[in-house]
Amino acid sequence: MEALDLTELELRSVNETLQAEGNGSNKAFEITNPRGSHAIAVGIDAPITVTVKGSTGYYCAGMNKQATVNVTGSVGPGVAENMMSGKVVIEGDASQYAGATAHGGLLVIKGNASSRCGISMKGIDIVVHGNIGHMSAFMAQAGTLVVLGDAGDALGDSLYEAQIFVRGDVKSLGADCVEKEMRPEHVEKLSKLLNEAEADAKPEEFRRYGSARQLYNFDIDNAGAY
Amino acid sequence: MDETPRTHPVQPWTFDEYTNSYIRRAAATGIYDIRGGGAKRRVPHFDDLLFLGASMSRYPLEGYREKCETSVKLGTRFAKNPIELDIPITIAGMSFGALSGQAKEALGRGANAAGTSTTTGDGGMTPEERGHSDKLVYQYLPSRYGMNPDDLRKADAIEIVVGQGAKPGGGGMLLGQKISDRVAEMRTLPKGIDQRSACRHPDWTGPDDLEIKILELREITGWKVPIYIKVGGARPYFDTTLAVKAGADVVVLDGMQGGTAATQDVFIEHVGQPTLACIRPAVQALQDLNMHRKVQLVLSGGIRTGADVAKALALGADAVSIGTAALIALGDNDPALEAEYQKLGTTAGAYDDWHEGKDPAGITTQDPELAARLDPVAAGRRLANYLKVMTLEAQTIARACGKNHVLNLEPEDLCALTVEASAMTGVPLSGTNWVPGQGNGY
Repeated sequence: MEALDLTELELRSVNETLQAEGNGSNKAFEITNPRGSHAIAVGIDAPITVTVKGSTGYYCAGMNKQATVNVTGSVGPGVAENMMSGKVVIEGDASQYAGATAHGGLLVIKGNASSRCGISMKGIDIVVHGNIGHMSAFMAQAGTLVVLGDAGDALGDSLYEAQIFVRGDVKSLGADCVEKEMRPEHVEKLSKLLNEAEADAKPEEFRRYGSARQLYNFDIDNAGAY
Repeated sequence: MDETPRTHPVQPWTFDEYTNSYIRRAAATGIYDIRGGGAKRRVPHFDDLLFLGASMSRYPLEGYREKCETSVKLGTRFAKNPIELDIPITIAGMSFGALSGQAKEALGRGANAAGTSTTTGDGGMTPEERGHSDKLVYQYLPSRYGMNPDDLRKADAIEIVVGQGAKPGGGGMLLGQKISDRVAEMRTLPKGIDQRSACRHPDWTGPDDLEIKILELREITGWKVPIYIKVGGARPYFDTTLAVKAGADVVVLDGMQGGTAATQDVFIEHVGQPTLACIRPAVQALQDLNMHRKVQLVLSGGIRTGADVAKALALGADAVSIGTAALIALGDNDPALEAEYQKLGTTAGAYDDWHEGKDPAGITTQDPELAARLDPVAAGRRLANYLKVMTLEAQTIARACGKNHVLNLEPEDLCALTVEASAMTGVPLSGTNWVPGQGNGY
């Protein structure tokens, strides 16, 4: 395992090292002393493993492709934003916009996630072991958001085709978000995600939410819904 | 028969025929009007300024003989690879989706021939667009449709769009009829549904966050390419100041005449400031920060001629950007298509229902048959010609003012024709040395 100490190396040097790895690499890196730094391990495009020992600031693992990034502490806003593929695991909590606009891969947050978790997500799967804040999955287009705890206000507001599974309470649903039937294919999908996220929960304990698709085409009669 | 003389019937100024038609349409439909383009109302503009030319104290340069440079470098503050352009006129961001593939190709061809850059729009970068544009600016928008790190790294510059002149504070809506299979796939949304483009970014709020977002983008692209911040003409002094503070290499400032693919007419006409009014506060902000010419200012919104270009540069911009004018050069609103515009209930020059996707010129459409009407090679040539003419015009004016580079034009070369233009630009009213708010003058 190659060690990258952020008290000795500049952020640019650390990211340059990680970004230099190519498709064939399966190397492992350990980043120490992150001390809340922003933009750690961003723009990686290789199946490497990166462990961040501590907590980070904004945009940790932003736009990740292929890599597995583990953070032993908590993360600031926008963790794994616009991730394309790979896996990001946060042992602690995540601030706002976790997994924002991400197209693919799996984001696991073992603590809680703040507001707007999964905002505008475009294909990523997100599993939060704890609770999530308000306006999560706002305008979420594709992918799956799984919450083992509770969800805050306006869950799934203006949702497109993303799917949401919540085990706990939902404080309120946003515009055009409705509870939907759990069919066998949903149970199967959820079971797989829970397994990948090492989450101790049964799919049957969850409820599914999705778009009512009533706001997909502008209709003046829906103006009051916005 | 009563032969008492009658006064002529008076149409009210407040309730003119256009206003009445607006009320009738609203009453009939219950929905506001959505359209493309920028503000159509008359606002103070570059026509309200004149160049003084050379005289006893200013020596002109010889036309057709003495050189007048037009090249400009954008992104010199932090980027390893600033963009070098042959002319100070760039092509503004317009999306594949709003525009046909042929139109995007034509924009690239025209810009290449003129030695300048084009810009993507909402919906991401297409391979064709990258292939046809030697210098391509990649817009980073709130929707992040089609956004991915591979395209980000293929870009020659990144433009973070905070706002645009037609609708500062507004998002957008690409209506379902323009969502082809390809557009739907690029945006990860079902075909045929209206696609909302968000009005604010999903993962940052305010300039402090933006500074960190820019750090992330620079880290992902290796600090190689310039990062622009585009703002609408709302609060140009503070917006420019904050953009510089956030770490921009280039500020793109878009006044209310700047176009959009589709927005509410009330938004276009009633929110934001005229382009002319935006320049001086923005330049002042750069000067106050000692950043003028270090962070470049690109001005857009209603640039039409070489004179407009020269006036924008004289007021302190480093370059301008054109959108609507470029589309007209390609063939948009051509009177030759009048019969077809009539069928759409409009007339050449006024056609602005770009969001409906029925453009007979094949530009603002995704209909394959309509799009095929636009020959990208010929349209690209027209755009190149137009850019050449504007450049020659700007050079002509610069030489007349004794400047060997168009960027050497300065406010002292100008006078204002109206009190309003004088107050907005800080240029003295013609025939006086008076600027409103700056002493008595004569």
